[in-house]
Amino acid sequence: MNNLLNSYFVKTHKLEISITIIAVVLFLIYFLGAPHVFTRFPIYRAFMQSMPFFGIIAISATFVVTLGEIDLSFPSIVGITSLIFGIIMTSTDGNFFIAFILATSLGMFAGLVNGLLVTKIGIPSIVATIGTLFFWRGLVNVISQGSGIAIVDVADGTWHHMIFVEKLFGKIPMQFIWFIVLTGLMQWVYRYHKFGNHIHFVGDNKASAQMMGINVDNVKIIAFVQLGFFSALAGIFTMYEMLYFWPTQGEGLMLTTLAAVFVGGTSVFGGRGTIFGTFIGVLIIGSLESGIVALGLSGFYVKFINGLMITVAVTVYALIQRRKS
Amino acid sequence: MAEELLKLQNIYKNFGNVKVLKDVNIKINKGEVVALIGDNGAGKSTLIKVITGVHSPNSGKVFFKEKEVQIKSVAQSRKMGIEAVYQERALCDQQELYRNIFAGREITNSIGFLDIKKQRKEAEKILRDYIGFTSKAITVDSQVMGLSGGEKQGVAFGRSLYFNSDLIVLDEPTMGLSIQETEKVLNFVKGLKNENKSAIFIDHNIIHVYGAADRFIILDRGEVVGEFNKEDISREELVQRMIQLHESGKIKVED
Repeated sequence: MNNLLNSYFVKTHKLEISITIIAVVLFLIYFLGAPHVFTRFPIYRAFMQSMPFFGIIAISATFVVTLGEIDLSFPSIVGITSLIFGIIMTSTDGNFFIAFILATSLGMFAGLVNGLLVTKIGIPSIVATIGTLFFWRGLVNVISQGSGIAIVDVADGTWHHMIFVEKLFGKIPMQFIWFIVLTGLMQWVYRYHKFGNHIHFVGDNKASAQMMGINVDNVKIIAFVQLGFFSALAGIFTMYEMLYFWPTQGEGLMLTTLAAVFVGGTSVFGGRGTIFGTFIGVLIIGSLESGIVALGLSGFYVKFINGLMITVAVTVYALIQRRKS
Repeated sequence: MAEELLKLQNIYKNFGNVKVLKDVNIKINKGEVVALIGDNGAGKSTLIKVITGVHSPNSGKVFFKEKEVQIKSVAQSRKMGIEAVYQERALCDQQELYRNIFAGREITNSIGFLDIKKQRKEAEKILRDYIGFTSKAITVDSQVMGLSGGEKQGVAFGRSLYFNSDLIVLDEPTMGLSIQETEKVLNFVKGLKNENKSAIFIDHNIIHVYGAADRFIILDRGEVVGEFNKEDISREELVQRMIQLHESGKIKVED
């Protein structure tokens, strides 16, 4: 047992192990407290259906947080890209390719704007992205004039609807498969690609990274651009699931998404993080509401327990980190 | 006549309205160790950052191996054979050693994924052969934050040797080190000469500088105000000159 605790894997994966234990304990509580719900499949299908919408963004945002930066504008990027996707789908009689390319390009453009404001103008990311948060949402309101767009006629029953959100074998929602695949891919990039490596160095110490020949500005800009892309993608997934665009789309995503990243163990100080942790963070944050209600507590407890989870998790990480240094 | 490695001609560098370097001319030969000395704000750090590609000069020419070059980035200066060893800031604390050693010039495949196995193997070689770490506590997977100042400096040196550079730029290499560690660093600098490599270094401690350097270049408010070969000046005289400069703002030129 002692050997196991001191092994290299354990030493280097303390965060991942802690978060996994927290998640297992939480699901045990669900399981014991509400067996009639948690021994049956539908609750898991519901999780698999709803988690990917913010999960995809959380995975992507882990890159930005590891840089020591933050992006608060993604809920509005989801809004504006969904709007464009809806407008183009309905006006081209369901031309998926054009709608997809334009919506994701707009997402990347919005990310580029964030990246340029932060690097070239020098505005702290928390301030710059509050600005763009309001800007893109404002543009959504102006363009949509407050009304929604139904895409049911041009999207329902199509092959793209099938690959985005229909059920594999009639059981597993496709968006969850995509979420797993993207998580794996992003984990690989995060740990084993030059870009992921540079993300860690820039987040750790910007000045050192620059002196070691890393182009700090480019790394930051690319990080914001990919978050813009994945925000657009998450918006498109939501559109297919709901078959409808509404002007507040994306607004509820901010806190759950960032909470998943922080509960997952990625340090807000930069230089350190884990995609796997964020994935588990998504499972925790995404299951809390249903879990709490299934346990028989009233919905009023949801935020309270959410807050408790976040506070406890980040406290544990801070303590682990303090012992290390 | 010694072979010329690096020559800076009429270098000017401004940050906004502040003229940090004013008409700087220096030359470094192969196998020569040059010390840059001067007060805080004299422009030493800026000068070496011009050499390593962190800053571009506003005007002036740079010659490397007798060819005019424009050093636009750190990556480019490294490619030419200039390697910087920055005290403290040389490494990123929370990242593993094998990642630090190859930061900014990772060993990758064609689509940019790291060859972790090779990086770890090469890092292991650097640790054992170039630096001479024998301690089992430090491995290629160690995070930098657990290392002492001297060990960090050792890693930075090992890295510069591994990449086989011609000119090694050292920014305050002995700052914050213990006496033994300082000794090691100075021996390293002296050892460079045997391999016909050159070094340029900044150090506040004139005693260190004097022991290790062949030539001293004194900077003051962005200008070269004095240049001495070691044969021509004793340590005491050098100290005297610096005190003079500090008090009067001028170097007394004799002869």
